[in-house]
Amino acid sequence: MNDNPQHETSPATAQSIVHMEKVNKYFGSLHVMQDIDLEITAGEVVVIVGASGSGKSTLIRCVNGLEEFQSGRIVVDGNELTPHGKGGKSLQTIRTEVGMVFQQFNLFPHLSVHANVTLAPEKVRGLDSGKARQIADRLLERVGITDQADKYPGQLSGGQQQRVALARALAMEPRLMLFDEPTSALDPEMIGEVLDAMRELANEGMTMMIVTHEMGFAREVADRVIFVHGGRIVEEGTPQDVFDHPQHERTQSFLSRVLKH
Amino acid sequence: MDVTFQFDWQAAIASIPYLLEGIPWTLLISFGGLAIGFLIGIFFGLLRISPLRLLKWPAVTYIEIFRGTPVLVQVLFIFYGLPQILGGPIDAVTAGIAAIALNAGAYISEIVRGGVQSIDRGQREAGLSLGLSRVDTFRYIIWPQALRRMIPALGNQGIVSIKDTSLFSVIGVGELVRQGQIYIATTFTALEVYFMVAMLYLVITLSLSLALRMVERRGLVGQ
Repeated sequence: MNDNPQHETSPATAQSIVHMEKVNKYFGSLHVMQDIDLEITAGEVVVIVGASGSGKSTLIRCVNGLEEFQSGRIVVDGNELTPHGKGGKSLQTIRTEVGMVFQQFNLFPHLSVHANVTLAPEKVRGLDSGKARQIADRLLERVGITDQADKYPGQLSGGQQQRVALARALAMEPRLMLFDEPTSALDPEMIGEVLDAMRELANEGMTMMIVTHEMGFAREVADRVIFVHGGRIVEEGTPQDVFDHPQHERTQSFLSRVLKH
Repeated sequence: MDVTFQFDWQAAIASIPYLLEGIPWTLLISFGGLAIGFLIGIFFGLLRISPLRLLKWPAVTYIEIFRGTPVLVQVLFIFYGLPQILGGPIDAVTAGIAAIALNAGAYISEIVRGGVQSIDRGQREAGLSLGLSRVDTFRYIIWPQALRRMIPALGNQGIVSIKDTSLFSVIGVGELVRQGQIYIATTFTALEVYFMVAMLYLVITLSLSLALRMVERRGLVGQ
């Protein structure tokens, strides 16, 4: 509970962590994000669902500037990103404040598990190696990777790698965590352990944006579910609203396809 | 009728001390040239990757010129041609080192480009998403992995360049081949001496192969 002291400083007043306003993005002539408006407050867990190619990954990748957008504005915890990747200093700040977990883990294969976690705290935050090691030990223990800190990522299972990736992102003490289909590359028996770690994080009050196909998980942890189709936010609401009483025909047909099995 | 062929081992062994005098020059030109060529290769290899035409174009020009012309012509140009421009002679060893550096540098540029571009895009994204600057992402994440992948190709280039130094006998550098030629001029034992010259090149290139294999094996942890 003491792991993220910053959350104790966000009391009653809902503090905006992500503010998106009329965000548009094109891949060539393809309009992949259309007038996206989105407001996420501190402590909220938002799950984004939609068919592949709907623009949901692109949406969260815009939040930390891995994708540029062409018009609109994005403000992340008070730092503004402007169109065409002109974030400058604030882009760097946003990236240090926003953690990301990728579908393919993207651990650094040439570094030990331990060094994967300590790299950014040392190089970005300027922590000495003793302090960084403390943080890494604590986080690795928290995600259940204790006696493997000296191994290399290639020696771990997919589920273990993804939990290391989570610890690596948390080591920067982010204000917001982005998850881009974190379990889609995992063998079925390893999905649970990653979802457990994410659930624990959500319970501790972390602000999270999650793109996932795990509808059961979404229903359980999400404060809000957003359904994206064709680059637009078609429908949003509580999990009950969206999953049990979808208003939009697109949402209904999507859910009938994914909930069938 | 009796064209029996005699390999005179004594003559071969007798030539060794003389040939060994060439080895320091062969090594100096090879490894001096390769060290500089490696730096040139990193520099132009990274320029070559740049999306900015102003940076990319000079790199492409350099690579095409020095990869597309024979190293023998390059050293002749430097040793005999350049002095006409500079107005003073160029030392043969310096010319040799320069030729290896420029020639190997062109190939190494392409090795560097291939190595860096082979690293998955997700590695860069992971580094940036942690707040590392683009330079730090390259330095701590991309480059170490790229370098590891480049080792086999760099080894090849090293071996090619070592053998290329044999051409520099033509500008009078007292390297291995040149020492052999001088020795043969007085003893007429071409068979034995060139055999020994070949053996000595093999010793050098095999040592390099072995050393690189060890580096690669140690470095392969975690891949």
